[in-house]
Amino acid sequence: MSETRIIDARDTFCPGPLMELISYMKRANVGDELELLSTDKGSVNDVPEWLAKVGHELISSEQIDNVWHIKVRKAK
Amino acid sequence: MPRKLHIVCVSGTREKLQMAAMIASVAAASGDEVSVFFSMNALLYFVKGHATDAPVEGPFGKLMQDDGGVPPFRQLFKYAAELGDAKLLPCSMAIDLLRVSPEELDPELGPPTGLTRFLSDAEGAQMLTF
Repeated sequence: MSETRIIDARDTFCPGPLMELISYMKRANVGDELELLSTDKGSVNDVPEWLAKVGHELISSEQIDNVWHIKVRKAK
Repeated sequence: MPRKLHIVCVSGTREKLQMAAMIASVAAASGDEVSVFFSMNALLYFVKGHATDAPVEGPFGKLMQDDGGVPPFRQLFKYAAELGDAKLLPCSMAIDLLRVSPEELDPELGPPTGLTRFLSDAEGAQMLTF
């Protein structure tokens, strides 16, 4: 099991955080876990929407000190 | 089945280019089949040596210009091509009028494309114009 890769997209606006996540997702292996850090509130809805559309997995999403931590797993 | 989205970029203002780039990048990265046709003032930002910073249309454009966290539209179009295989097509008429060669355009741009070809490819697609 590889460790979770952190993608720091704080202080960028839509669709910056999503695009950062997708860039890393493309290069990741199936089963890899990524954690996106975002201060863009739209990401909280946009990222799960994108994951559902393309078929990857949302592990968790939580807000800690105004930063959203969205954990995902590459499923295919 | 992927949605087919054709985007026509004509305006050279920041707000319109930004919105077109946002739609292109998100749609392409979500699996939609995206083609973007650049003509007139919009094409200029993809010609080597030309300014890459677009003038604002109104207060929101100024807000975006002043905030370093807004992804630049050229970066978003690049994401659309790299992450979602979007086609970024320069208008052949505009290229002729500007008297530039395809080599003088950004490498992300595809081959010069005429309207006949673009419209023919757009059959059945949703078309958005900015």
